[in-house]
Amino acid sequence: MAVDLPDSDQLLRVSLGPQHPSTHGVFRMNVALDGETVVSLKPVFGYLHRNHEKIAEGVTYLSSMPYTDRLDYICPLSNNWAYAMAVETLAGIEVPERAQHIRVILAELTRLINHTAFLGFILGDMGAWGSALMYAFREREKILDLFEDLTGARMMANFMRFGGCRNDLPDGWAARAKTLVDGYPAFLDEMETFLVGNEILLARTQGVGQLPKETLINGGVTGPMLRAAGVSYDIRKVDSYGIYDRFKFRIPLGETGDCYDRIMIRFLEMRESLEILRQALEQLPGGDFVNPKAKLRGFKTPVGEAYSRIEGPKGELGFHLVSDGTVNPYRYRVRPPSFINLTLLEDMCLGLDLADVVIILGSIDIVLGEVDR
Amino acid sequence: MKADPAAILEHLRTALPGTTLALRTNPGPSAQHSILVERESLVAVLQHLRDAMGFDMLSNVTGVDWPDPVKADSVAVVGEGGQVSHNEGFLEVIYHLFSTENRVGPLVVRARTADRGDGAHIPSAVPIFRSAEFQEREIYDLFGIRFMGHPDLRRILMWDEFVDHPMRKDYIAPDDYEYEPTPHGAVVEKAKAHYPAADSQATFSRASD
Repeated sequence: MAVDLPDSDQLLRVSLGPQHPSTHGVFRMNVALDGETVVSLKPVFGYLHRNHEKIAEGVTYLSSMPYTDRLDYICPLSNNWAYAMAVETLAGIEVPERAQHIRVILAELTRLINHTAFLGFILGDMGAWGSALMYAFREREKILDLFEDLTGARMMANFMRFGGCRNDLPDGWAARAKTLVDGYPAFLDEMETFLVGNEILLARTQGVGQLPKETLINGGVTGPMLRAAGVSYDIRKVDSYGIYDRFKFRIPLGETGDCYDRIMIRFLEMRESLEILRQALEQLPGGDFVNPKAKLRGFKTPVGEAYSRIEGPKGELGFHLVSDGTVNPYRYRVRPPSFINLTLLEDMCLGLDLADVVIILGSIDIVLGEVDR
Repeated sequence: MKADPAAILEHLRTALPGTTLALRTNPGPSAQHSILVERESLVAVLQHLRDAMGFDMLSNVTGVDWPDPVKADSVAVVGEGGQVSHNEGFLEVIYHLFSTENRVGPLVVRARTADRGDGAHIPSAVPIFRSAEFQEREIYDLFGIRFMGHPDLRRILMWDEFVDHPMRKDYIAPDDYEYEPTPHGAVVEKAKAHYPAADSQATFSRASD
């Protein structure tokens, strides 16, 4: 919202970014300060803009699949799933049981990666630069090893296909995933011991950046950000997409919605993800990993449109596709959670110190590949 | 739970008499039907949906360019008693609303501009839903729809000095040809456009050579 600046010649204007370790990529904020207090904050976007949506209009449906990896490049497999699900909704394609399980397993492993990396980054933002991130990346790398064995790539997976997945799990993969899942709580316990009662963490995050629930909902904020404020809204439960209605898991909720709650809710979500992973790996059925009737070459969809969304690690990741019946989408729209979660950034920061801005931005958990598309 | 646009449409017609609303049917398997709202009453309809019908989250706002209105009507088919689109092309904004309280959605609402000219405009949804703020700026930037009443309508993804709107279907990309020793495929076409006088592949050499 536009702000009338009083005594604007008395204000200090700071351009934070685009090259700054706290902005998590090429992102810039034009901040006006009265002393240390933020009186205006205008985000500047577009440094990583390549018009992803226009490019997708010019190529076939399948050709966009590798490009979705580059949206939120921390979580490519979630993006794959969101896009595959949108096309499946648009064209009415069934997904076999085994593929559904593989997708859930990969999406929850991706959530672990995202939240683990998030912890490392936000601690870096608070000045614990290096160690925390290395702890987080050590665990992340173990999951990326699993991804590499399955998809051939650590990050740019290009793995989901319309109606299933690209290939089946290699021999012994599920057992190794099980070992990883069993060992993960030890890492979480260790990390929590360091963090939960840490004096610096408490001082920097408690009471910082909270907004009323109604404002957050009105601002389109989704994912852990919204749940930290105590709104029980998880698309895995709301839409029960895929096969999430078969698993027993809880939705952790925060109380105040400050940065501390946002950090802690990620810990709790990881523990619930581990629950889902345990169940999914146990129940993993045999059968097809891709719908044999789904056609890849010359794939066309019926005329129509579809909006479909998943609970990505950062929030509601939606795809809106409009089809005119040809091999290319007529309109391909990504609803990026981290871009829309930034809408209320200024509201969260007003009246706080510049140092708090860095923490609040970190707690939103943005990835610029997705924000700028 | 999926939203029922037909029932919501009936409710809106009784609650807001005088507004022009029409049901548009989605012919595809997703069956996400939509409500076409006359742009003058868009804000009133969104406000009623938020305050009286529990649709408290405007999740997604999509812009679409329709140079061919017949195509637009084939994706959102005219329902009973509705009117086909005018014969000129137009720009369209599609809103996906959800209810976090009742867990209903998506409710698809669409509104259209009068034409595709420079003055193409639509009322802004920002006074009702803050979540539209950046999304409308993006549509203004990439499609050139002016959102009347938006508090801060500026370009967001393209740089401020950029003219034109890249997501329009008739947008012509700039000549960004870079020299290649062995041009092939689409690059040959680009090279031909870049060196208008040249008529054979052999002459596509660097100017400095």
